[in-house]
Amino acid sequence: MLALRHDPEICKECPSPRCLLDCQYMEMGEEEARQEILKLARGEDSRLLKDCVTCYGCEEYCPYGNHPFFLICEMREKKGIYTAPRPITNQWINMTQMQGKALVGKLKDVALSSCVLPSLGTMASGEIFAGLSSSMVLGAEFMCPAVHTHFAKMSVLKERLPIVLGNFRRLGVRELICLHDECYGTFTSLAQAYGMEVPFEPVYYMDFLLRRLEELQEKLRPLELSVVYQRPCSNRWIPRKHAVAKKLLDMLGARLMERTYQDDNSLCCGGILRLIGGYKLSDEVQRRNIEDMARTGAEYCVFNCPACQETLGPKVAKAGLKPIHMIDLCKMALGEIPKGEV
Amino acid sequence: MEYVRSIEHKDVVHRCFRCGYCKFPGDYQDFNCPSYKVFGWDTYSPGGRMWLIRAWLSGEIETSERFAEILYSCTACGSCQQHCPFPRFSDSLLKVFEEVKAELVNHGRIPPTVRDYFKAVSVSGNPYKMPREDRAKWAEGTGLEGYSGQEFLLYAGCVASLDEVGQRMARSVGKTLLEAGVSVGILAEEEPCDGSEVRALGEVELFRQLAKENIEDFKRRGIKRIIAMDPHAYDAFKNHYPELGGTFQVFHYTETLVRLIKEGRVRPRKLDARVTYHDPCYLGRRNKIYEAPRRTLKAVEGLELVEMRRHRENSFCCGGGGGNFFTDILGRGEQRPGSIRIKEALATGASILAVACPICAKMLSDASKEQEESGKLQILDVAGVLAGAS
Amino acid sequence: MGDILDSLKEILGERWVSNRPEELWYYSRDPGVLEPHRPDYVVAPQTPEQVQRIVQLAARERVPLVPMGNAMALTGLVIPLRGGIVVDMKRMNRILEVNEMARYAVVEGGTSQGALKAYLQEQYPHLRHSLPDAPAGTTIAANVALHGQGRLTQQYGFNSEMVCGLEIVLPTGEICRVGSPSLGPHWFSRGPALPDLSGLFLGWLGTTGIITKVGLRLYPNKRFREVEIFVTDMPELVPEVIYRLTHLELLEDMTVWFQPKPLMFKDNYHVTIYFTGDSQEEIEFKRKMVWDALQEFMDSKDGGFMVVDPLKPRLLEMPQRSVAEFADVPRGGGFEYSGPITLVEHFPRYAQKLVELAGKYDLLYAGTARVISGGHAMMFAISFAFNRADRAMMERVKAAMDEATEFALQMGSIPWKPNFMEQKMILQKMDPVTRGLIQSVRRLLDPNNIMNPGNWEV
Repeated sequence: MLALRHDPEICKECPSPRCLLDCQYMEMGEEEARQEILKLARGEDSRLLKDCVTCYGCEEYCPYGNHPFFLICEMREKKGIYTAPRPITNQWINMTQMQGKALVGKLKDVALSSCVLPSLGTMASGEIFAGLSSSMVLGAEFMCPAVHTHFAKMSVLKERLPIVLGNFRRLGVRELICLHDECYGTFTSLAQAYGMEVPFEPVYYMDFLLRRLEELQEKLRPLELSVVYQRPCSNRWIPRKHAVAKKLLDMLGARLMERTYQDDNSLCCGGILRLIGGYKLSDEVQRRNIEDMARTGAEYCVFNCPACQETLGPKVAKAGLKPIHMIDLCKMALGEIPKGEV
Repeated sequence: MEYVRSIEHKDVVHRCFRCGYCKFPGDYQDFNCPSYKVFGWDTYSPGGRMWLIRAWLSGEIETSERFAEILYSCTACGSCQQHCPFPRFSDSLLKVFEEVKAELVNHGRIPPTVRDYFKAVSVSGNPYKMPREDRAKWAEGTGLEGYSGQEFLLYAGCVASLDEVGQRMARSVGKTLLEAGVSVGILAEEEPCDGSEVRALGEVELFRQLAKENIEDFKRRGIKRIIAMDPHAYDAFKNHYPELGGTFQVFHYTETLVRLIKEGRVRPRKLDARVTYHDPCYLGRRNKIYEAPRRTLKAVEGLELVEMRRHRENSFCCGGGGGNFFTDILGRGEQRPGSIRIKEALATGASILAVACPICAKMLSDASKEQEESGKLQILDVAGVLAGAS
Repeated sequence: MGDILDSLKEILGERWVSNRPEELWYYSRDPGVLEPHRPDYVVAPQTPEQVQRIVQLAARERVPLVPMGNAMALTGLVIPLRGGIVVDMKRMNRILEVNEMARYAVVEGGTSQGALKAYLQEQYPHLRHSLPDAPAGTTIAANVALHGQGRLTQQYGFNSEMVCGLEIVLPTGEICRVGSPSLGPHWFSRGPALPDLSGLFLGWLGTTGIITKVGLRLYPNKRFREVEIFVTDMPELVPEVIYRLTHLELLEDMTVWFQPKPLMFKDNYHVTIYFTGDSQEEIEFKRKMVWDALQEFMDSKDGGFMVVDPLKPRLLEMPQRSVAEFADVPRGGGFEYSGPITLVEHFPRYAQKLVELAGKYDLLYAGTARVISGGHAMMFAISFAFNRADRAMMERVKAAMDEATEFALQMGSIPWKPNFMEQKMILQKMDPVTRGLIQSVRRLLDPNNIMNPGNWEV
């Protein structure tokens, strides 16, 4: 049985519980913060069980990698507490069920994972992915089950992740370029948190993009565009990779505009918030985020997650910014997508 | 399902729900199935035809003249396949109709006009029974030369070579390409029938024979790239010749025109006119070429392109497909598809109806003559529009 | 018989009369599960006068008449149980008039739903009619004649309640106008404030005459149309959910559906809520009202709104083609459904019954309910898909449907568009005085018993 490697002693000794002090959705003082986390670790009831909106922020804020969010998730499930309504939770579990319909391309040592998001697979084409596009997997059999942590169903993840890893092992994949942060975060941070062995080397797709763009240097035309960046929640599981996004934008000649809700103060796209907390919280968070983006006068909003893009894309467009995924931005810099086209 | 007769795709026939979506275009404004529009019985609609085929396969109805008429009234326009809501059934819809026609041919139970068509093509190489030498006449005075290793074969087809309206189009296309400096040659009196309509009418053996002969001939001449005027020929060369051993690079002439305009080799003359474009079934729905003709027309300065309400994948067939330009099973009269289409074109306020298929050109010109307002609408192929209306 | 053929050809012209095996085979059946019966002739009239002459001939010769639209009721109502003449009304497909201010249209007896939709879209884009989800080729007259429902039924009742005038050829051959058209040129009422004769023709399934014109109410067509789906796994909550939503008096269509496949729908009941508006403000206001109305269920975690964007294009399509797609799920091109009209509070019991029947008869099912006039009733559709190539499966569907109808009658519901056997079950259960009245009306209007015989008969 997979157990979370959480050390309550670390929380006890923690000089300043940034996990909860920095939380964007819960207000509390230092002592209360420490107490609430310890209550959880002891299996007692805590307001965190009800009030956490699953933005994943605390995974980043904890300087000790003690996985406060995963702990909240475990305790919620233990106590039978739902985040989203029960029928919605079950819908997502059913929707992502393995049904033997996964697509496996012509796999090489290095493969691309499109998770269960076909749009990622579609984007992984052109020069950047030359020779790799067909080495792809798509489907529930290869899905990182991370989304179920939003629904406090760590058990689903624990059941499915070993099967997924087994599928990759059987296919002999040596290196897996994860086109989605949730995949990369699952195969690194979460796997580690549960002591799971990952039979391949996960590669962060933006690292791959950086390398490829360096190789395609001659074809690169600096974009000279002003952009804002929508940092996805799952990037909080792999905070050290946030810098890669900035490096990438720099290389593309995209001017990243400073704004309030950036870096570790980034705001959730609101998609999951809507399912969990209703329209009021979601609308408010989205409004703040988009107003913040619009204030910069940026031309584009760069996304790193198809779910964020689907949720916020139309809304940022209404606010005058063009939505675009990071991969497509790279293609634009190589002239594969005309500038101005989205 | 217990069937007493057999066709290759018999296993999907029972999946038709006879829901009737096949009768309509996407916005339901009128019936889009030419045979249903003309004949009015559900049995002449795609769903009705499909249900009758099921009855025929199971022996509940017998082959008859009417059954044959029902099958051969289909112009193979593909609107039904486009609009059927059952994706795993609709893929085979047209194939079922083709296979049943092939069975009718095998048993000799076909309408006399269809029999005449096959006989004429078999003997004279064209449905009109005209002598082969006549096939060269359209090119006289155009400057086009016989094929002797040029980059492209310019293929005209039976209708463009031998029908008066078709010939006008052939000359216009040929001259435009020649003036643009495209390296083309024609086969003239040696041009064979591509066999597309022979195949659509169910004479599979004759089609195979024609195709194989043509493939051998083309290969012998060293032909690798073909520009087809007729979308039916385009369809045959592109989609049905490869499985018989003939793989050529095939273009419809409008695709060539778009490229030539981009390269500055064709400079359209200014034309202040409102023009509407009729999507041919075999170019549009069947082969998904919607943009090339439109981009060509839009390159003309002063030209205002307006769309008929039924356009692109919703285009209403001119009524000439499925051999009907010759067999005339759909007949004349008010509900004749060509007449309806002319009325639609007039309703846009256009003074020119642009076409990209010699069969469409012929059918629509004929229909136009029978209408009062025929003087208001000029029917021109796309190359003709580039050369300026006269 | 030869005389009848000649007479029909004389009335319609040779082209529009057929007794060929092909037409006789096709027009003897519908896409449902019932046995076919051969007609003697099929005719396709184009004018009310032609219809009149056909009826007069049939009355004289005592030949049965069966009017038909697109035959998509699926309960065999167009099957000529006693032979005779099938009258294919679809050549009479014009839109005769639209009165914009009064918001009504007058159409012919064979005008299709699609034709009216397309016409309004082009000529009167701010007007719409209550479009059912049946395929677009189905006719308006047939739909109202069997008390069909559509997108505006939640707001305004059955589509038959939207009729505002009728022209019928009576079984004795007279052309009769009903409602305001009987007094003048305006088609604003099917009855009130006169004695409401429309009740003699709506719901009679073609046994009291042939409809040649229908006046149909039109309604405002707003710029935007939006949808939300509320999901719960507790069928017993559904009536309360509907009650709260209908209390808002703000919404367009409301349907509840559940089906075991695709997997993402398993074990859940989905309430699809449509609303319209002319501005984003109106839309957002309505959306908030909808969410607020159901907040309590979200707080208790018993229900919530699902992500709807990927499904939107299909959900917003009118008519929804995916309804027809259900027919091909078992790769067989058929489905049959029984859709009793009943109280909304019966939803959990009907849901349970459907699952029970599907299990008992080993069938693929889908359950759909449509709310009628603000929750005064609902139509609960028990649907089973079948493979037309599998006779045994079709028999099981028939048996399941029969049981469904028995259940419906036990619940005090009204089986909707019943087939001739279900009609008998209904008449048997019915109050004898009511039954007697139905019989009297039929005898009065159709003394020769030529109109769709075998239907509404004890």
